[in-house]
This record gives sequence, structure tokens and C-alpha cells, in this order.
Amino acid sequence: MSALADAKVSGSGPVLEVRGLTIALPLGSDRAEAVSGASFSVKRKEILCLVGESGSGKSVIAQAVMGLLPNTLPVTGGEIVLEGENVAHAGRERLRELRATRMSMIFQEPMTALNPVMTCGDQIDEVLREHTQLTPEHRRDRILAIVREVALPEPERIIASYPHQLSGGQRQRIMIAMALVLEPALLIADEPTTALDVTTQAQILALVQDLQQRHGMGVLFITHDFGVVAEVAHRVAVLRLGKLVELGEKNAVLKRPQHAYTKMLIGAVPSLQTHGRAAEGASEPVLRTVGLCKTYYDRGWFGRRREVHAAQDVSIEIRRGQTLGIVGESGSGKSTVARCIIRLIDPTAGEILLHGQDIAKMSAAELRPLRRKVQIVFQDPYRSLNPRRTVLEAIIEGPVNYGVRRDKAIERARQLMDLVRMDPASLNRYPHQFSGGQRQRICIARALAQEPELLIADEAVSALDVSVQAQVLDLLEDIRNRLNLAMLFITHDLRVAAQVCDYVAVMSQGRIVEHGPAAQVFGAPRHEYTRALFEAAPGRDFAFGSA
Amino acid sequence: MSASPSRASELETLSVEAAGLRVTESAWQRVRKNWSVRIGGAALALLLLIAVSAPWLGTVDPTLFDAASRDLVPGQRGEITTLDGEIIKHKFWFGSDSYGRDIYSRVMYGARVSLTVAVLAALLSLAFGIVCGLSAGYLRWLDGILMRFMDGLMAIPAILIAIALVAMWRGSLPTVIIAIAIPEIPRVTRLVRSLVLSIREEPYVEAAVALGTPTWKIMFGHILPNTIAPLVVQGTYICAAAILVEAILSFLGVGLPPDIPTWGNIMAEGRPQFNQYPHNIFIPGVFLAITVLAVNILGDGLRDTLDPKMAKRV
Repeated sequence: MSALADAKVSGSGPVLEVRGLTIALPLGSDRAEAVSGASFSVKRKEILCLVGESGSGKSVIAQAVMGLLPNTLPVTGGEIVLEGENVAHAGRERLRELRATRMSMIFQEPMTALNPVMTCGDQIDEVLREHTQLTPEHRRDRILAIVREVALPEPERIIASYPHQLSGGQRQRIMIAMALVLEPALLIADEPTTALDVTTQAQILALVQDLQQRHGMGVLFITHDFGVVAEVAHRVAVLRLGKLVELGEKNAVLKRPQHAYTKMLIGAVPSLQTHGRAAEGASEPVLRTVGLCKTYYDRGWFGRRREVHAAQDVSIEIRRGQTLGIVGESGSGKSTVARCIIRLIDPTAGEILLHGQDIAKMSAAELRPLRRKVQIVFQDPYRSLNPRRTVLEAIIEGPVNYGVRRDKAIERARQLMDLVRMDPASLNRYPHQFSGGQRQRICIARALAQEPELLIADEAVSALDVSVQAQVLDLLEDIRNRLNLAMLFITHDLRVAAQVCDYVAVMSQGRIVEHGPAAQVFGAPRHEYTRALFEAAPGRDFAFGSA
Repeated sequence: MSASPSRASELETLSVEAAGLRVTESAWQRVRKNWSVRIGGAALALLLLIAVSAPWLGTVDPTLFDAASRDLVPGQRGEITTLDGEIIKHKFWFGSDSYGRDIYSRVMYGARVSLTVAVLAALLSLAFGIVCGLSAGYLRWLDGILMRFMDGLMAIPAILIAIALVAMWRGSLPTVIIAIAIPEIPRVTRLVRSLVLSIREEPYVEAAVALGTPTWKIMFGHILPNTIAPLVVQGTYICAAAILVEAILSFLGVGLPPDIPTWGNIMAEGRPQFNQYPHNIFIPGVFLAITVLAVNILGDGLRDTLDPKMAKRV
């Protein structure tokens, strides 16, 4: 790592230099150290991306630099040099002086990082009051200037607003304004766009790059998303289980990764290219919706009625052996459609035809025999399984409900565990003993136990790390082919959609704005919203996953 | 994506996610390690032992009295007449009351009443509260009616309901227990209902609906087991409250009849002589306080170890 040899004179040297940083984990953790001997530097006018999967220790490094580590995670070795000053063991007072003035941080969740009962202007003002001697008028000028700089409209109105009155993207801009108001030399961004929609994410990434150029800051950008890395990084550091396995220029790391782990990670990122499988439409559709609508009514005490159209006039059809993807941002109504189809919520209007039979208005009793034909896998693997039931009980629950004998169902559960590539011997364990990816496999096995004809995957791989995500996608693809299933795949991630879908429907504000074969929608999007989505997809210029 | 075998194996060997089983402490292990649970539990176990083995702790029948041994101070020796008319020598460790009854024996036997009332009142209110709370939380049409009734019940002071109920039925152990349990039911119902309202939104409950699981099985098989931890904690607080309410009812003279030794009764009988013989109130009071404290410490320990919000922090 040549960066270590750089001069450390403040002003020309790196903004941040981390040398052999080691941070211990409490006894009884799955490894001894959260971070083991990590060395890297962030130069002026540079964005260094720190990439890793969950548990890699990337956020721990960010907290260590800011001096925000809890007492249970002590720094046991190495140095953190901020502009020539070792802050690894700096006192609380000194750290407080440095925060906001020389280094600042923005977080993943802008709603919880802002105080809900203070106006945004007051929150920025607090930073200035704490660290400067400026008069109130000067402070106000500075606040308005920085709010204008982060490209928020109507600064006067924005600084008088409370966080809940702003959108997620606007809140993140306020966070950035707070972080930059004192012009720090180092900005740490910890997954700042992970909670945002893809179009908002693109704007925030552009803003960070723009501000970084203009102020000449060093930025330590923490992310798990290689698309984001391709978009913003100058240099990349890859972290695996607390160890830095690769560090280099962006193009070198992304195009010619050296370490096997980096190769695997980059290889696991789904490509934006569709697979180009011939999508034939010969068979009868398993499920068809005609003009499906879901409207929520918000009724006040005095009859004031507000209508929210969660889904409007949604018509889709899914055939055996095919995957239909519904793609959209949060609040587009894609999950509402899935929950209507499986009748977890009742549609307001329209038809849901399962083999030509309308199930939209059926009573619970009429629906019962048909329920098993449509099964669902949810997003959050940690909440999808009852923590107090063994895996076996979870998998046999469905068949037993429909009168399958218990021993038969257990036999079938063993076969299903094999099918989802898990050890049947672990059937008697509880969900908390498994990792996220393993739990998602168990959820798939549970759905398959009902021998469904249609499997709905509602953001089923969104909560998983990229390497685990690739495994689960492989598994879903394999199962769909082997069992000739119809699959409805709901996702916000265009890359994932490109990988698994034969047909794609793009939803926005409750309506389908464009649909067609995946190759057509991805290759030549017609609707402007679809085009905007593709424009915003981070790292679209890099050919990921083509290896 | 094409699932080439080499790539699949590469993904699996390099993936960071722990492929093996996770070793996590079970809730029970965490409970046993907690010092609040240990101390509170030990104190309660000791009191339980006293209650069970009261006849063998050098006591006499707590209802015996002897005019010759009235108003003895703790540690004094005296005589007491048994039911067969036999006069035995007895050392009054905690003194005697104005009827010449042995306070030590009465306090030891009193532990039986306090603990029985505590446990049974808690179980009774939990049982009713669980049924009402589950129904209100899961069957939405019942919610309004049931909860307005509970709100009404909560608007009357607990002690007043208890007094009214005991007055209606005549004081006996079952009636006192029921009278103490009823005012606690709305609190349990509210707790269970709020738990159910959040658990019913969990994906695993929705998955059960999609699997065609009947409603009653979802309520008792999926939702109820996940409310147990907070209910155990609530149960201990009800125990503590029940002990106090029983003592209050006895003290006010509307609880169990005065010949049954309860801590509240002993204190009530000692009240007129408080200036000369404060030990009549002081000793059962100390036992009452220790019991309630032990139950509350145990409850705090259980809350710290069982509450999912606390567990995440560990």
C-alpha cells in the first residue's frame, strides 16, 4: 500500500490515514476482532469507497474514526491519523472539537438521524452555535447558504420545517448540509443512500460528488453496493471479516480484481443485461388480474374522506415456467398487488383469475382450498419464521392444514430441505440458529411444501448480501425450472429483475406504466419513468456479473 | 442467471455468511445468569419454603390463644393452651397479640395466604386477560365492544371493586382471590391486545394465513407463544400487587375473616396498640415488604432478560 509512504504534513498529506487498526469484539462473538490490522488512507479531493458485506466491520471503522465506538468495542491497536493528529485514543473533549469542524458523518437513515421535534434550521444552527462565535444573523446567512448549496428548493421554508415534513431525499440533504456547514476536511458517509429510492439515490450521489469536488474534501464512503462504488469511487477498499483484502484504483479493482473474494463479490453483482431466454406464451396463464384496484380510505370523525389509490387498474398475467417481475420504487404499489393476489388484503375492485376462477371476492371459506396454489416468500428473513417453532414445524404446517398425514409431511420436508440445498438433519432447529440466507431458503421450502403453482417473491432477496443474494436467485431459478412454476417477482432492484424476469411490469404511483418482455423493456424502454429508472441505476456503465 | 456448478461452489466457499449453526444463548440461560432473577428468586424460594413448612418451624396452631400470655414482647416465654386443653410452655419469638396468640406462628402461616393469593390471582387475571386480549386484538369486530368494557372496568378504583365484590360474597379465600383478580384483567387485556396488534403484522403470521392455517390455530399457535415473555413479567407485577391488595383488604377488615392468619389481619389487630407494641405491625410489615420486593426484583430481572428490546442491546 503505497499510500502509507505519503508525506504526512498537514495540508498536502492525506486527510485520514488509518494504520494497522485493530478493534476487539467482546468475548463469545463469532470472531475475536471486528477489525484486524486495517490500513488505508483518504487523500484530499478523493472518495475512498469501503466495500463489504454485512458483518465485515465497515461501519465499525467509521465509528472508530469519529470516536463513536461503544465501550464494548475498544481500539486495541493501530493509529487513526486525522490531518496529522492521532485520534485513536483522543479524549472526549478533543473529539468533540474535531467532530463537525474537521470530520463529520452522514448516516443511512435520515429520519432517525434527525431530531423530530426540532426544525431543520435549528438543527443546523446547533452545530454553528456549538463550534463558532458567529452572531445569530451570520449563522442564519450560513444556514441559508448551505441549504442552497445542497440544492434544496425554497431554503426559507425548508429551514422552518420539521423533518417529517420533508421527503427522504430532502432529509438526507439536510443531513449533508449539517455535516458540511463547517467545511470539514473529512466526510464519512455510512451507506447514505441505502434507504433511498433509486432515483433519489442518483441525485444524492451526484450531490456528494459535486460538493466533494467543490470543497476538496476527502470522503470515506461506506457501502455494500458495487453499483454505487462504480458511480462515485476514486479508490476502493474491500473488507472481508474485518480484514482489508484489496485496495486500489476503482477501475483496477472493478475490472481486474486480484483477491478471490473481490472476484466473487463482483461476479455476484447481477448484470443489467437480460438473459435473453426465449419467452414463449403458449400455455394458459396460471393467474391473471383484470383492472385490479386497491384504495385505502382515511376516514376522520366528521366524514372528511381521503382516498389513497395504492393500486389502480393493474392487469397482469403469469404463465407456467415464466417469471413476471414487478419493478418499482417504494410506494409504487407493487407489494399491494402481491398482497391482493394472495388475498392478505382484499382488493377494492377488479378480478383475480386463478385458472379462470375469480378469487377477488371469495369468502375465506371458499378461498381455503385454493390458497395452497399461491404461496409467498417475504423480504425479511428474520421475521418470516415464527421464532418459537422449529424449521420442521414451519415446513409441515401447510400440508398438515390440508390433511396430509404428519409422517408423509415430514418425509416431504426432508426432500424439500435437499431441494433448497440445506441439510435435512437441521430440521429440528429453531430459526435463530440460521443465517439470513439460510432462513430465506427455509421460507422457500415452506412455500414449496404446499406444491404451489404460483410463487410470489416479494423483495425476497433485497435484505440479503450480494453473494447470498446470488445463491438464492440461483436457487429460485433452479426451482422454477424444475417444478415448472409460475413466479411473480417483486423487486426495486433493476439488476435483480434483469437477471430473473421473462416479463417485466414497471409500476409507479399505483399504476403499471410499462410492461412487456424483459429484453424489450430493458433494451428499449418506452415510458419516460422507466427511462428515468434506468438512468438512475448506479454503475450502469460497468458490465457486472458478465464474468 | 446460469447456475454453473463451479460458480455455485465458489459462491458458497467464499461467502462470508456463516454456513454453520449459530450458537446463541437461549432465553432460559440468560434468565439464570441474571442477578436480579437469582436474588429475587432465592428470597421467594425461602418464603415459599417457610409457607410450606410452617408447621415444623417451632410454631403452634396460629388460632390458639391464652389470656395469660397477652401482649408479650418478642422473645418472652409464656404458656399457651392447646385445643385439647393441654397447657404447653412456648417461647414467643415475635411476642403475642392482645388475645395472647403467638405472632411468630401467625406470621409463618400468614405467608401461605399471601403467596396463594398472589399466585392464584395472577394466574386467574392472566387467563382471562389472555382470552380477552387475543380476541380483541385478532378479531377486529370484537375489539370496540370488549375494550370499551375494559375501559369502564379500569375507571373504577381497583380497591373499590374488590371491597364491593367481597362485601357481596362474604370473605373467603376464593372470593378474595377473584376480587383481587378482576380489577387486574383490563390491564392484562390491554397488554395482550397491544402485543397481538404488532405480532399479527409479522410476516410469519401472514405466511401462516397464506398456508391456510385456521384462525384459532394462528391465535393460539403463532401469536400466543410470542406474547409469553412480556406476560411472565406482567404476571410477577400482578403477584406483587395482589399481595398488597390482600393485605389492604384484611387491614380494612373486608378481606379474610380475622381468625385466619394473614399479614394484613395481624397488622389490623395490632393497630390499636401500635404505641405500646409496635412489633405487632412492624414484623408482619417487614415480611410483606420483603415478599413484594422479592417479587418485583424477580420481575425486573425477567423483564431485562426476556424483553426483546433488552435482548437486542445485549
